[in-house]
Amino acid sequence: MARTLKLRIWRGSDQDGALQDVTVEANSGEVVLDIIHRVQATQMGDLAVRWNCKAGKCGSCSMEINGKPRLACMTQVSAYAEDEVITITPLRAFPVIKDLVTDVSFNYKKALEVRAYEHPADLAPGEARMEQIDVERSQEFRKCIECFLCQNTCHVIRDHEENKKSFAGPRFFIRLAELDMHPLDTLRNRKQSAQEEHGLGMCNITKCCTEVCPEHIRITDNAIIPMKERVVDVKYDPLRWLGSVIRKREGIL
Amino acid sequence: MTAQIERHKYDIVVIGAGGAGLRAAVEAREAGLSVAIVCKSLFGKAHTVMAEGGAAASMGNVNDNDNWMVHFRDTMRGGKFLNHYRMAELHAKEAPDRIWELETWGALFDRTKEGKISQRNFGGHEYPRLAHVGDRTGLELIRTMQQRIVALQQKDGRDFGDPEKKIRVFAEVTITEILKENGKVAGAYGYRRENGEEVLFEAPAVVIATGGVGKTFKITSNSWEGTGDGHALALKAGANLVDMEFLQFHPTGMVWPLSVKGILVTESVRGEGGILTNSLGERFMFKYIPDVFKDKYADNEAEADRWYVDQDNNRRPPELLPRDEVARAINSEVKAGRGTEHGGVFLDVSKRLSAEIIKKRLPSMWHQFYELAGVDITKEAMEVGPTCHYVMGGVEVDPDSAAAVGVDGLFAAGEVAGGMHGSNRLGGNSLTDLLVFGRRAGMGAVAYVKSHGENPVSQSTLDRAAARIEAPFSRVGGENAYSLHQELQEITHNLVGIIRTGAELTEAIEKIAEIRKRSANISVTGDRKFNPGFHLAFDLDNMLLVAESTAKSALLREESRGGHTRDDFPGMNSTWRQVNHISSFDGEKVNIKSQPLPVLPKELFDLFDVHELEKYMTPEEISKGGSN
Amino acid sequence: MAIDTSGNGVFSEGRAKLSARTLRTDKWWLQPLITVIVLFSFIVYATLRAFENGKYFAQPLISPFYSPCLSTDCVKGSPSFIGTIFGTYHIFGMTVSPSLFILIFPLAFRMTCYYYRKAYYRSFWMSPPACAVAEPHAKYTGETRAPLIIQNGHRYAFYAGLVFNVFLTIDAIGAFRNEKGQWGHMSIGTLVLLANATFLWLYSMSCHTCRHTVGGRLRNFSKHPIRYKLWTWVSILNHKHQNFAWISLFGVALADLYVRQVSGGSIRNLYFF
Repeated sequence: MARTLKLRIWRGSDQDGALQDVTVEANSGEVVLDIIHRVQATQMGDLAVRWNCKAGKCGSCSMEINGKPRLACMTQVSAYAEDEVITITPLRAFPVIKDLVTDVSFNYKKALEVRAYEHPADLAPGEARMEQIDVERSQEFRKCIECFLCQNTCHVIRDHEENKKSFAGPRFFIRLAELDMHPLDTLRNRKQSAQEEHGLGMCNITKCCTEVCPEHIRITDNAIIPMKERVVDVKYDPLRWLGSVIRKREGIL
Repeated sequence: MTAQIERHKYDIVVIGAGGAGLRAAVEAREAGLSVAIVCKSLFGKAHTVMAEGGAAASMGNVNDNDNWMVHFRDTMRGGKFLNHYRMAELHAKEAPDRIWELETWGALFDRTKEGKISQRNFGGHEYPRLAHVGDRTGLELIRTMQQRIVALQQKDGRDFGDPEKKIRVFAEVTITEILKENGKVAGAYGYRRENGEEVLFEAPAVVIATGGVGKTFKITSNSWEGTGDGHALALKAGANLVDMEFLQFHPTGMVWPLSVKGILVTESVRGEGGILTNSLGERFMFKYIPDVFKDKYADNEAEADRWYVDQDNNRRPPELLPRDEVARAINSEVKAGRGTEHGGVFLDVSKRLSAEIIKKRLPSMWHQFYELAGVDITKEAMEVGPTCHYVMGGVEVDPDSAAAVGVDGLFAAGEVAGGMHGSNRLGGNSLTDLLVFGRRAGMGAVAYVKSHGENPVSQSTLDRAAARIEAPFSRVGGENAYSLHQELQEITHNLVGIIRTGAELTEAIEKIAEIRKRSANISVTGDRKFNPGFHLAFDLDNMLLVAESTAKSALLREESRGGHTRDDFPGMNSTWRQVNHISSFDGEKVNIKSQPLPVLPKELFDLFDVHELEKYMTPEEISKGGSN
Repeated sequence: MAIDTSGNGVFSEGRAKLSARTLRTDKWWLQPLITVIVLFSFIVYATLRAFENGKYFAQPLISPFYSPCLSTDCVKGSPSFIGTIFGTYHIFGMTVSPSLFILIFPLAFRMTCYYYRKAYYRSFWMSPPACAVAEPHAKYTGETRAPLIIQNGHRYAFYAGLVFNVFLTIDAIGAFRNEKGQWGHMSIGTLVLLANATFLWLYSMSCHTCRHTVGGRLRNFSKHPIRYKLWTWVSILNHKHQNFAWISLFGVALADLYVRQVSGGSIRNLYFF
């Protein structure tokens, strides 16, 4: 059940590049990454592509297929019509290194800026007790495979290079939410730092991060919006603020 | 030529950023030393993320009868008593602490009702023992370690003003050589995959934590990174590999569609109640319970089914036999013509569990089948078959310090190290192996660096390493690395695979040698910038050494045990249990020698029922009752 | 909107050289287009109706655009549970429609709603028009400064919205009367107002702020079992927030239209009993 596929693959470097036409055979059940490998083995020995597990678990083969940010290993060729030309480009929010490989170091830089988890000092290893319902919210965010498709599709940085310095991006908003909802984390200024240091306020919740997430993490509804609401609690809601002052005075908090 | 190469100086270089490498790096940095972590992929993409089932540690959270001794016994049984007893002992004793430690770094495991870490059943483990997070435990482990490294970097940032001053990750760098001066480790040499530029790491200690060798085989659950780099680096540096004939074929890899062939179906599918049937609809595993396991596994469906609700009064279903048994059983069914259309058998979880529970307990399995294969596992059966999953063999190390035998300053931990799992690894033991021995390798390297100090790299050593990288570019019209790799995979698949014979192994050894000769003439097209053909040229060299070690060790071992099955020598032989096969490299070829297996000390010997030991040991060994 | 974005965004230095703003081949523009058409139609209709200042009451039905009636200008007999607090209201000698005092609250609720924000940022402001389609703006600051920082006040608009839900529920109950004000009757109008109130409640209860307030803000659910239960219910509704947002929007407009037509005499409010 082989079919002939027409591809346009972007080839080039940070200096220059263009889409190149390729024709290649495809078998039934194959994904786009298989096709790229076939092109690599038969026609373009030095075609650069990043990949690892080929099972949607490591998040390495992020690229844009027909303009949509996707994992190549999770994109079935059969999803495209017989006569459709499939256009494959590198991620367009990050600097390109070569062909389909981009420099995603931005994300690792941002990871370094989110203060790590802080375990209660008086809780020895093995003593932690947490209820399943209390860990579940954070567990959803820990499903993240760091494919950075959300970072790539987010218009705040995709369309505005200058925002990169002040905006951490959806991947790190779920990290912040994970820590803020972690039952044991002792660092208490996550909400403030989300707004003041990581640019949560830049997000206009247009949900593209959620749309592209291959792990189906509900980034916007379960992490970003709850974080925005938590930020309102500590920064913008006068009643909450008053309430917290009173409770602090009465020693309730 | 080498005038302007990138140079770095560290106390310790860790090669590999999977669970073991990261744990070693954490240990070294916490001890105050400076560490470089070098990995072929991006940070956080290591193959550890693929581990699904969980991490085995006898915390006793679900069944308080569990303790390190029970875990030790299970590990030895699983490995058919070929394990290095000391490694199995350390592993069983230290695993719980390593898991709890992760929690203090922010890991969020699934919980029991009392709020403790939940533990699940797994093949070969007597009690529910695997700490887990749904079926993405490996990802949790990697992310936690990754974030622990970030935490250490943040602390350094506060203390020194530069987060990368004392611990730094060099992503997408391939190490081509471990450098030695005066017979001792002096550093590592490699190139950046991004641009092909060469990098020198000067360090008196190197920890190898490069994982497995799966890419040597045609059908494998391993990613492209599993090319046996560490095995080969160690061999070339003068270290030994132990028991390379033992490879674990995971019984349940996906067999369809083609593009996902080999990808793992976690054992938890069986742990949660999945049953195996052939094309006739028979639940065939009952036919394949070996004698040594008869008293632990149910021989009828009724009892097997009862076990899921009452584990104290029933024997386990045979689907939960150790991996090698299940893999062989599936292999036999398929060979007997009772396989599925695509050469597998059926694994069905839909009949026992509701759709909702399946999606909750096996979320990523559901996801994987639905998105990659268009199969809804809550409604239909999966098609599965054996896939090359794990290498038990690896660098011969001292159990306590993880120091490689024969090379000062070299350490190895994780899948690349040998001995811990004997002839067959139990599921779930791998993740805790990474943590326990990753930490020990870190400790070992720290102690070594503190007592030995610097060992600078000389210019001549450097020039030799650089010349080797340049070689494939200087050849024109030579062999193509891709096609050589494919030929190698065909050979290993057909001749060194799950069932072996002496004649086939002899043939394989000849053919591998031939490819090795041709590989010296590989030429690469294109430039050095992110050039996969160039990368494969180096990986292939490593895989060839691994394949040679495996084939030669396998030819010598005239018995069937764990991950080594000889059609011409079926059955275990107690005298063969007393030897390890040690591979070494003389610069031309791999040589194998037999070496006596360390004898179980009396206190560990006494943990077993003597009648059980009689199945594995010779009467003389039994009468001795262990060493001392 | 021909704003120069060359050299920025996907055309920045170092990124893969491609001239297309997007390489998407699907009809990505359809969704924002529909949103614009529907929202714009609603705004036109609501504005016309707000200034019409009439045809909003036909015993026992009152249009949701004009309830509760706060002005003495209101048509006689229309319900005013909190009194005619505004008296009559004139600006430059012109009578101001009482609807304007009312519509401003639901409008604020919808304008600051997390779902509508997505909808209009994408469709009206094209920021971005669709995922992975370059937006036509040279600068972007999100909701960090005035005026958009006001979006952080969504919860207050939510509280106000709840008050109006109560009024509209009372109106729906009041619709179990006949034209003479006698109880125990039911008409098409009753169903219309009832449906309207129901969808407005669903829209409010499924709101992200509601989800946060009932339990989302807690760190440990296990210590607050009732709030956890509430949170799980609201979370289920929250999945459908977008649907409720649209259904309730149509609901309000249709309820108003129905009352208008009945009030104007062009249709008769059919009674079941």
